[in-house]
Amino acid sequence: MPNRFSDWVTKIITVFKKEIKSEFRTRYAFNSLVMFAVVTLTVLSLAVGQFALTDSVKSALLWVVLFFSSMSGLAQVFIKEEERKTASILKLSALPYHIFLGKFFFNLILLFILEIITVPLFLILFEVRVQTWDLFLAVLFLGSVGLASTTTIIAAIVSKTDLKGTLLTILSFPLLLPVLGISIQGTKVAVTGAPFYSGFAEVKFLFSYIVVMLTASLLLFETVWME
Amino acid sequence: MLLIELENISKWFGERQVFENINLKLESPASLAIIGPNGCGKTTLLKIICGLIRPSRGKVRIKLDGQEVGKEAKRAFCSIVAPDLELYEELTALENLEFFTVLRDFKSSRAELNQKLEQVGLKDRGHEPVGSYSSGMKQRLKYAVALSVSPQVLILDEPSSNLDEEGIFLMEKLIENQKKDRLVILATNALKETQYAQQIFRLGN
Amino acid sequence: MWKILLFLLMSYVIVSAYLNPAPQQSLGEISRIFYFHVPVAWVSVLAFLVSMFNAVRYLKTRDWHYDIKSSSAAQIGLLFAFLATVSGSIWASVSWGSYWNWDPRQVSIFILLLIYGAYFALRSAIMENEKKATLSAVYSILSFIAVPFLIFVIPRVFESLHPATSVVDENLKIQMSPKVSLIFFPALIGFTILFFWIWNLQVKIFALKLKKGG
Repeated sequence: MPNRFSDWVTKIITVFKKEIKSEFRTRYAFNSLVMFAVVTLTVLSLAVGQFALTDSVKSALLWVVLFFSSMSGLAQVFIKEEERKTASILKLSALPYHIFLGKFFFNLILLFILEIITVPLFLILFEVRVQTWDLFLAVLFLGSVGLASTTTIIAAIVSKTDLKGTLLTILSFPLLLPVLGISIQGTKVAVTGAPFYSGFAEVKFLFSYIVVMLTASLLLFETVWME
Repeated sequence: MLLIELENISKWFGERQVFENINLKLESPASLAIIGPNGCGKTTLLKIICGLIRPSRGKVRIKLDGQEVGKEAKRAFCSIVAPDLELYEELTALENLEFFTVLRDFKSSRAELNQKLEQVGLKDRGHEPVGSYSSGMKQRLKYAVALSVSPQVLILDEPSSNLDEEGIFLMEKLIENQKKDRLVILATNALKETQYAQQIFRLGN
Repeated sequence: MWKILLFLLMSYVIVSAYLNPAPQQSLGEISRIFYFHVPVAWVSVLAFLVSMFNAVRYLKTRDWHYDIKSSSAAQIGLLFAFLATVSGSIWASVSWGSYWNWDPRQVSIFILLLIYGAYFALRSAIMENEKKATLSAVYSILSFIAVPFLIFVIPRVFESLHPATSVVDENLKIQMSPKVSLIFFPALIGFTILFFWIWNLQVKIFALKLKKGG
C-alpha cells in the first residue's frame, strides 16, 4: 500500500498533537517533571556542591537527576487514560502502533523540554565545563531517546496495575541500567575533552539499544494495551 | 452486508463465571436488545463484541459480504456509547470529534463536525471543554462521536442514561436512522428501551 | 529411580567437595565454596531463561499452565539468586576482605535480583489473574531483551571504577584440573536436576491450588 506510510504519520501526529494539547491545558506531567528536577538539583547542590567533584561523579549526578525526574512524569501518558477512563474509546479508534509512537514522541519532547531547563542549570551549579559539545549533545540526545522508549512501554504496563506510578521506577531501573551506565560514561568522555570519535562506541551502543527496545515495544505493546 | 457471529462465548472473572456458551447471529440491518438483571454480564458481552475484552473461550466473527474481517480491521466497525467510557475532558467537543474522526479515517471539515454537534443539540457549545459539560451533555457528545464515523455497528450500554426528554428524543431518532441499514446492539434495564430493538436477547437465568 | 540417582550424585558432590584438596590452593579452604556457589548462580540464570521461555509460550497460547510454569521458575530463580549472592559475598569477604565490592559479577547477580524483585512487585500489584499473567510475561520478555546490553555494559562501567583485575575474572579462567572438573560438572548437573525437580513440584502445587479455587 503506497499510502500506508503517510497514513501512519498522520495518525501518529494526531495522537501526539492530542497529548500536547491536553498536556498544555492540564500540565498533568510537566509541572511535576520540572519541579522534581529542580528540587533534586537543589538538594544535590546543597549537599555536595561545595566539594570538588570528579568529572565521573558529575556525569553520574546529571543522569541520576534526569532518571528520577523522568520517573516522576513520563508514566502519565498512560495512567491518565486509564484513570479518566478514556482508554477504551481510544482502543477502538486507533491502531496500537499509532498510539504507542504518538505517546513515545510526546514523552520524548517532554524530556527534551525538561533538559533544556535542567541541563544548563546543572552545568552552572556544578561548574561543569563541557569540552566536546557534539559528543555531549549526541549522548544526551540518544540517552533521552533510550530513556523515553523504555519508560513508555513500562508506563503502559504500570498503568494497568493497582499501584501505578510507584511501580515505574522499580520496573524501569533494571532495563534502563545499560542506558544510564553508557550515558554516564559518554558524558564523562565529553566533559573531559576527548574528541568525538573516542565516544563513538557509546553512541553506537545507545543507538542499538534504542532500535532493539523500540522494536520489542512495538511488538509487545498491543498485548499490554488491549489487556 | 454485515454479519456478526458469536460462537460459544464464555467469560470468567477469576473463579466466577459470568456466562457460558453464548451463540448469536446478527445480520444487518438489525437491532438487538440485551436484557437481564444487574451483574449478569450485559456490559461485558457488549465489550466482548466490540473487542475491548477478550472472551475466556469462543470467538467473535465479523463478516462483510461473506468475507471474514481481520483482527485489525475489526476495530473500525464498532462504535460504543457507555457510561464508563469517557471522552477527553480537557479538550473541547469539537477537538474530541476531530481527534476520533481523523484516527478512524474520516476526514471531516469544520462545517461537517459542527453539523454533527447540531444533530445532538450541542452546536453552540462546541468550543467549550468537555470537562465543563453536564453529564447529559457528555452523553450527547458521546453519541455524536460514536456516529461521526458512520459505524457499521453501534453498541449502546444503557442508551438513555443522563439524558433529558429532548435528549432521549434526539437519541431515538439517531437509533432509528442507524438500524435502517446497519446494526444496533444495546443493553438496558429499562423496559421502554427494549422497544428500540426488534430482537431481544435474555442474559442470565 | 532418578531421585535415587540424584541423591547419589549430590552426595558424591558434597562428600568429594570436602574430602579432596581445595580447588585453588592460593585461596585456601574457602575455595571449596566454588563447587556450590557457581552451580547455584548457574541455576538462578537458568531459571530466568525457563521463566522467559514459558512467558512467551503463555502469550502465544493464553494457557494459564504456562503462567504457573513461568512464575514458579522465577520464584525458584529468586531463591537461588539470593543464595548465590550470599555465598558469593561470603567468598568475597574471605578472599577480597569485604562482603561487597561492586565487582562486575556481583553487579550482575544483583541486577538479576532486581529484575526478579521487580517481576514479583509487578505481580503483586495486579489482582486479576489473566492480567497478572499477561503483564508479567511482557515484563519478563522485556527484561530478557535488556540482558545482553547489561552483559556488555557492566564490565566496561565497573572496570573503570575498579581498575585492579578482580579475582573472579582469573577464577573463571582457571585451568580446571581433571580432579576439580570431576566434581564441578557433576555438581552443575546435580543442581540443574534439582532445579527442575523443585520447579515441577512447585508447578503442581500451584495448579492444585488454582483448581481448588485458592
